[in-house]
Amino acid sequence: MKEKVAITGMGIVSAIGMNAEENFLSLKDNKHGISKIAHIETTLKDKILVGEIKKSNQELESLLNLPSKNNFSRSSMLGAIAAKEAVQSAGISTDGNTSIGFINSTTVGGMDMIEKYYRDFLDQEELQHYIEVHDAGSNTDLIAEHLGIQGFVTTISTACSSAANAIMLGAKMIQSGRLDQVIVGGMDGLCKFTINGFSTLMILSDTYNQPFDDQRKGLNLGEGAAYLVLESEASYQKRNKKPLAYLKGYANANDAFHQTASSEQGDGAYLAMKSAFEVAGMKPEAIDYVNVHGTATPNNDLSEGRAMIKLFDQKVPDFSSTKPFTGHTLAAAASVEAVYSIFALRENLIFPSLNFQNKMEEFDLTPQQELKEKEINAVLSNSFGFGGNCSSLIFVK
Amino acid sequence: MERCYINGMGCISVQNTFEGDFLEHPIVYSDTNKIYAVKPNYKAFIPPAAIRRMSSGVKNSIVASALAIEQAQVHELDGIITGTGMGCIQDSEKFLEKMIDFNEEYLTPTSFIQSTHNTVSGQIALKLKCNAYNFTYVNTGGSFPSALLDGLMQIKDEGKNNILIGGIDEIADYTFKLYQTIGHIKKDNEESYHILESRSEGCVGGEGSTFFVLSNEKQDQTYAEVLDAHLVNKLKKEQLEGFINNFLQRNNMNIGDVDAVVLGNNGDVNFDTYYDEAERLFKSNSDLLYYKHLFGEFMTAPSIAVWIASNVLKEGKAPSVLYKNNEKGSDSIKTVLIYNQYRGKDHSLTLLKNV
Repeated sequence: MKEKVAITGMGIVSAIGMNAEENFLSLKDNKHGISKIAHIETTLKDKILVGEIKKSNQELESLLNLPSKNNFSRSSMLGAIAAKEAVQSAGISTDGNTSIGFINSTTVGGMDMIEKYYRDFLDQEELQHYIEVHDAGSNTDLIAEHLGIQGFVTTISTACSSAANAIMLGAKMIQSGRLDQVIVGGMDGLCKFTINGFSTLMILSDTYNQPFDDQRKGLNLGEGAAYLVLESEASYQKRNKKPLAYLKGYANANDAFHQTASSEQGDGAYLAMKSAFEVAGMKPEAIDYVNVHGTATPNNDLSEGRAMIKLFDQKVPDFSSTKPFTGHTLAAAASVEAVYSIFALRENLIFPSLNFQNKMEEFDLTPQQELKEKEINAVLSNSFGFGGNCSSLIFVK
Repeated sequence: MERCYINGMGCISVQNTFEGDFLEHPIVYSDTNKIYAVKPNYKAFIPPAAIRRMSSGVKNSIVASALAIEQAQVHELDGIITGTGMGCIQDSEKFLEKMIDFNEEYLTPTSFIQSTHNTVSGQIALKLKCNAYNFTYVNTGGSFPSALLDGLMQIKDEGKNNILIGGIDEIADYTFKLYQTIGHIKKDNEESYHILESRSEGCVGGEGSTFFVLSNEKQDQTYAEVLDAHLVNKLKKEQLEGFINNFLQRNNMNIGDVDAVVLGNNGDVNFDTYYDEAERLFKSNSDLLYYKHLFGEFMTAPSIAVWIASNVLKEGKAPSVLYKNNEKGSDSIKTVLIYNQYRGKDHSLTLLKNV
């Protein structure tokens, strides 16, 4: 029997709130965070909707009390805010801490600063300190430095499944006895590079995203960061900390079908979910709620739906996508949704899948459309990404 | 607990490592601070249309991983784990420059798709139709050591049979120039071959793709056994001795048990002092080996160190070109420790022994 992995802290920033409580209230009150872009200069401004955090970089800097000359990217500022909340809620101190680990994830890293100053770097010395945050790891390092962590620190980038893999690695580091406490999650700020990239793939919706709807037109990009503090049983018992929930199952598989598209039948998705149940030692019927990946792209929802029908043998439990609230926060999505899964366990609530109108013609699946109260003991959360990366997590009370 | 062996490897680097030659005829780069990888014959591994489309890092990785898999004679992998510092930076530059210079017009998805950090691990999975565990680490100097640690945990703790791991970085010219501007790369016209004596700022940049098959079963062609791996983000020079001692002790060893140490000196006066401290600890007992004077520096250069350690352990000795001043060393090297740091951060240790 593998060691239990407890979740003893969490922190989050997203388009629907700057901390866990704000996020919870927005979910409960049906307040989504999708709007037109306010903080990025892009020609796509009027053509798409996004889940943007309604704060400028300057406002984020002052929230973190950063010196006026700093090289934090937007992603790493969002990351630092959420990571701070996570360690505070866990009740641990990170300054000078050499035993706590930090496993971050991101897809854009410091790209927002690079794209902004790219052609000015060579002759404007006052901008050059931003060059150093081009690589993803340096952004993690900024947060580690900000929190005072000196120990095992790493960064994962597996597209939209990144944070799920950070959570999974953290669990394995605890179960192998390498760590007792670890901060895990992901961060991604919006930037022009990502917006234009997804635009060329023609999977951005010009309206509010509609997961699992027959008329769905694509995704709304979002931004955010979220972290969990994972802890071994010995560690939280020693300090009398009551866990928020447990991470019971996890798995990662590859669809091995196409660099960006999912396979018709969702082979990778199915395999990830199936393996997560094996790790958890649970049967699919034990799941009370599925927080689906549900990006609202034609491709994702079809293959994810088919994989769920196969896995649950037609009896798919209550499910919803929370991306209509936050947009698709890419590397952060799985940790944002891990926090929402923990809310579901804590409050015995299923959050609605907004904007749904018509069932997809390929199958008989209807997401939960209203806030629903019900006893929830186990939640499955899915995250899939480019490169065929598929990950599933199972959280229990 | 299972043991973890290196059963196959493939290395595309700035040296002729592609043919499996262990530095018998090293190339001396003495007039450049930017060293490109020696191109292998891509045609034997990749369809012509794909050769044109793929960046050099992706191509080199497909070749290096194929070599490693072929050597290890595995038919099914239980995981593909890569580490990359800068990711697919050539395609990132392409997309970025077009987006900036043409004001977000005329963009096509190809370079965006290929710019994502997990492109290589995804492409290998696609090529092999491999549905197994698939991970990409992007933690500056800790990228490859993270991949190695993950692979080691899969074999030793999780009972997996064969895991492919790799370290990948490619040079992209404009980004390279940016890093030169902030002193990460040496100014022009500083001789690379003398980096072991260098007393200037910055390093000589290189690139490469190096892959290994880690297995739980020893075979005839096995190079070495990986005993342990560890990394931390931050360390003061005074803490290095304790860091190394703790690591060796948890493997029931001490400094005197290490036959050879592979050090990452890159000629950067600001950070080679960490290696000076490591030299002080090991010089009376162990052979001191260096490689970045031949391979250049890049974020996943520690993958080259593992390739070197594996060859050294298989042969029991290291070529003189890896010693300072071309000295000769021991001809019965049985234990190798690799120590690397990147600009004073991401300190990693890897311990290997012969089989």
